[in-house]
Amino acid sequence: MSTMTIHLKIWRQKNANDPGHFEDYTLDEVSEHMSFLEMLDVLNENLIKEGTEPVEFDYDCREGICGSCNLVINGRAHGPKHKTAVCQLHMRNYSDGDTIVIEPPRAAAFPVIKDLVVDRSAFDRIIEAGGYVSVKTGSAPEANLIPIAQDVSNESFDYATCIGCGACVAACPNSSAALFTGAKLAHLNLLPQGQPEREKRTIAMVDQMDKEGFGDCSNHGECEAVCPVGISISAIAEMRKDYLKAVI
Amino acid sequence: MPSFIEALKSQVGRKFLTGITGLLLVFFIIFHLMGNLAIFGEPNAMNEYSKFLHSLGPLLWVARAGLIIAFILHAWIGISIWWNKRKARPQKYKVYSSKGGPSKQSLSSRSMAFTGIVLLVFVVIHVNTFALGDTETITVAGEQYSDLKQLVIDTFANSALYTFGYTIVMILLGTHLGHGIWSAFVSLTMRSKKTSAIVYTVGAIFAVLLAVGFLFIPLYIYFAGGCEAALISCN
Ligand code: FES
Repeated sequence: MSTMTIHLKIWRQKNANDPGHFEDYTLDEVSEHMSFLEMLDVLNENLIKEGTEPVEFDYDCREGICGSCNLVINGRAHGPKHKTAVCQLHMRNYSDGDTIVIEPPRAAAFPVIKDLVVDRSAFDRIIEAGGYVSVKTGSAPEANLIPIAQDVSNESFDYATCIGCGACVAACPNSSAALFTGAKLAHLNLLPQGQPEREKRTIAMVDQMDKEGFGDCSNHGECEAVCPVGISISAIAEMRKDYLKAVI
Repeated sequence: MPSFIEALKSQVGRKFLTGITGLLLVFFIIFHLMGNLAIFGEPNAMNEYSKFLHSLGPLLWVARAGLIIAFILHAWIGISIWWNKRKARPQKYKVYSSKGGPSKQSLSSRSMAFTGIVLLVFVVIHVNTFALGDTETITVAGEQYSDLKQLVIDTFANSALYTFGYTIVMILLGTHLGHGIWSAFVSLTMRSKKTSAIVYTVGAIFAVLLAVGFLFIPLYIYFAGGCEAALISCN
């Protein structure tokens, strides 16, 4: 099994008020089979043994479905691979002697809590503003009551795959949340179940996105490139169409 | 429900306005370029075209007012987007790079604010030089014309600064439109991936053609020696 030496330059920040700084670390015997986060686990074990504070970073599922992980690696959200969350990135993508710079997503709307962990509750508030549908509760609904055309359900599901990691914001030169908001809107707005609140939802979620202090979308399309599930910027145009329809 | 003005001030509304004013300005410069090419026509063709435009009277003023409003709105929103983006990321990345693939990030997209501000300053100088410049009155076939063509030729034939200044600004215009034309359509809700790919390519080609069309004239006048030039016949 081949192992390598990896140099790390990691953003360390005690809390939201600390100005933060980069710290250099070197890890020997990194296996190419390790995931990127396992490599950080090893670093943290070493740090704990040394009696220093481990590097704080977000994760949960480690299988690319929860959207908790979100690191900016050498200037790219989720690292070098397309359609790959950082928890699914493996060290075989790096070579012996590489220096890797790890930063948190940087956006005013995502304040740093500690080290590489940021507060992404701005996304939750966008969802709260309108990311729901009204359903009849009580008895189980009849499964085939609402027919949905295959192409519509496919498209809606493509948008529904958004895991809310925030890589779109991290990578956007303007720190815009247009892809996230667009995907969440399109997912519901395309389905028949989403129609009753369609206009209200679109206005409320766009409004909340503006309030949270994200930047404007300049159609750089970088968000699509870093999205771990490959959501298309068509979501943004879909959001614009629905918003304009709703206000006119 | 937001009021109409509130809706226009939202992120979506602002982008819509930027897109629509941007496309309007693109239409304008296409006409502008067609007018410029009249310099290669009959000796008095350019002056006749200019006289025709002035003869439109109130209509010309409506067009001018529309253009000025579009231009100011476009610039204003553009600058505010740039301003918001600075606020939205107070702490910059130490390392930043595009991930490529489907990304449309390019020198063109990243420099919109810079190229836009250069164009803004340029337009003020440009209008002052030509639209408000001193022209001689000449008489051709018993009719009086203000000799705009001669002003254009004299300006470029005698000034390397103007000639190369214009050339650089026109390259920046092409750079602005390389991202701008496609981006306007996305802002105006173009969703299909196929159409988007076509519009991106056609928009970029269009941007190059417009820039080349505009910068060719000053360079040609400067290097071919104004009225001496083979393609230009003067009164
Ligand atoms: S940890 Fe769940 S997606 Fe990466």
